Amino acid sequence: MPALEIKGLTKFFGGLRAVHNFHLTLEEGELVGLIGPNGAGKTTVFNMITGMLPPSQGSIFTDGKNLVGLPPFRVTQLGIARTFQNIRLFAGTTVLNNVLVPISFRIGYGLGSAAVQAPPYLRHEDEARADARELLQTLGLGGREEDLARNLPYGMQRRLEIARALASRPRILLLDEPAAGMNPSEVATMVDLIRYVKEKFQLTVFLIEHQMGMVMNLCPRIVVMDFGEIIAEGTPAEIQSNERVLEAYLGRRGRVLARTPGEEAVS
Amino acid sequence: MKQLKSLPPWLDRMLILVAGVAVYVVVTAVFSAVRINAYWARVLDQGLIMALGSLGLSLIYGFTGQFSLGHAGFYAIGAYVGGFVGATYGKGSMAWFVIAILAGTVITGFIAFLLGLPILRLRSDYLGIATLGFGIIVKVLLDNADRVIPSLGGARGMTGTPQIANFTWIFWSFWLVFFLYRNLVCSSFGRACLAIREDEIAADAMGINTTFYKTVAFVLGCATVGLAGVLYAHRYPFLHPTSFDFLKAFDFLLIVVVGGLGSLSGTIATALGWVFLLEGLRFVLGETFLDFRGVIYALLLIVVIILRPQGLFSGRELGILVPRSVQSGWVRGVPPVQAGGERDASPGD
Repeated sequence: MPALEIKGLTKFFGGLRAVHNFHLTLEEGELVGLIGPNGAGKTTVFNMITGMLPPSQGSIFTDGKNLVGLPPFRVTQLGIARTFQNIRLFAGTTVLNNVLVPISFRIGYGLGSAAVQAPPYLRHEDEARADARELLQTLGLGGREEDLARNLPYGMQRRLEIARALASRPRILLLDEPAAGMNPSEVATMVDLIRYVKEKFQLTVFLIEHQMGMVMNLCPRIVVMDFGEIIAEGTPAEIQSNERVLEAYLGRRGRVLARTPGEEAVS
Repeated sequence: MKQLKSLPPWLDRMLILVAGVAVYVVVTAVFSAVRINAYWARVLDQGLIMALGSLGLSLIYGFTGQFSLGHAGFYAIGAYVGGFVGATYGKGSMAWFVIAILAGTVITGFIAFLLGLPILRLRSDYLGIATLGFGIIVKVLLDNADRVIPSLGGARGMTGTPQIANFTWIFWSFWLVFFLYRNLVCSSFGRACLAIREDEIAADAMGINTTFYKTVAFVLGCATVGLAGVLYAHRYPFLHPTSFDFLKAFDFLLIVVVGGLGSLSGTIATALGWVFLLEGLRFVLGETFLDFRGVIYALLLIVVIILRPQGLFSGRELGILVPRSVQSGWVRGVPPVQAGGERDASPGD
């Protein structure tokens, strides 16, 4: 059974067709990249998968359940976690607290038990803390538990976002531009990190990225979007030589060359 | 904190209750030794009642980030429900006092629940306006309540509630709520609330049922101030709608903000300080200059907010409040609204 099956996903914002007829099947353990020029609809796809935007049409299946219509927290509880393009940490709390938040929903104690600090609270709280510490250690954030999230350097904030997503024990991890704004050596570290957590936590990873080098290096399968539609799909080599992809990114060869000096002002 | 390391875990968790007994014993001993006059005893009770009510708003606004200007409305509901039960049925019996406390707390919580369903989906300023409206509705209803239930007194004020809430009742009501709040705040519930305050969208994406947590925090916080209202009605013989107008709501808000959002210690210290400051100024200024109180405390607020915009305690707690088991990762910083401009939404989201 595929990890995630998206069929005919479409989103209209008023008259604007942001995503049209998006089909994609992610197999268990796959690592798929989603690329495309700005405004192609990549993040909209993510937002629809995670329940943040209701799709206008289409279905999203995971584990035999249709995710359409579920609120984001339910989608996360069903095993799909995400990170955000512009980091959205719980900035004013500690690093440890950030990771403890998604652990909450799978902690086995209720409000009553917490109110009087009954034994179930103590047992599960200790477990959760041990979990959180181990996760931070794994992601190279050990020793920073007590720092406020907003005081971490940028690269670490990106890693903390991934740690926080992993804390909900997802089967599928959606990464929205995990390497945005990073220098080449940081990007290389991020590539290693994504490979490492994918193996360690046996994840299916779906990522949006703008840095071509990174996607080509990391993802065996790449999906390209432009103007809300999938225009190509395949291995990095296939994508690199695909006519429509080049056209989407660089423009059509003939048109640029045929352009007369006067035309530029008009277009 | 060194000496605390040797405490057995159960005592460590219950330290706050032990501390409560100690504070209670010391205060009562000092009172009987010094023969403190009834006036200052009453001021202390008032301080504790304000602290109790402010804890409610601290949970709603300080921890969960839901801006509420209607807190005085819930305070009024608690006071009038409690006062009505006490005056009509109670006549000074302790059993009826307990019933009045339960009725005031539960009914206030229930009304908060009904109000919360539609309005908690609003964000920040809009929620503030909606709750402000609720507070005004409550005030107007109380002004005219005597047409329906004559014993509520309407704009003439309500009298006749038996004055049976003494220091012991008030202190222990306050301290038990404080204990429960402390425990909730350092549980997954508290972390979920804090996550909602920091970034509601991210909290939702991390598996937090934001509607549920916001509603629970709002209902708990309002029920708490309802309890404070019941105690108030049984400690001060005269209830009047103007004691629960929107200026009162600002009092609660100021206490929570000045104390530091996300700090129970800060809320309590500021609530007590606030009440004693207002009463103290009465003596310093004398009858002729009494109205200058408003100027002085307003100036004080301005100075505090300029010097410490994050509040007096800025999201920290006194060490004694935080059990060792949850001490790491405890510190809560300043929420993003206060740190300024960090929360720009970009089209990518």
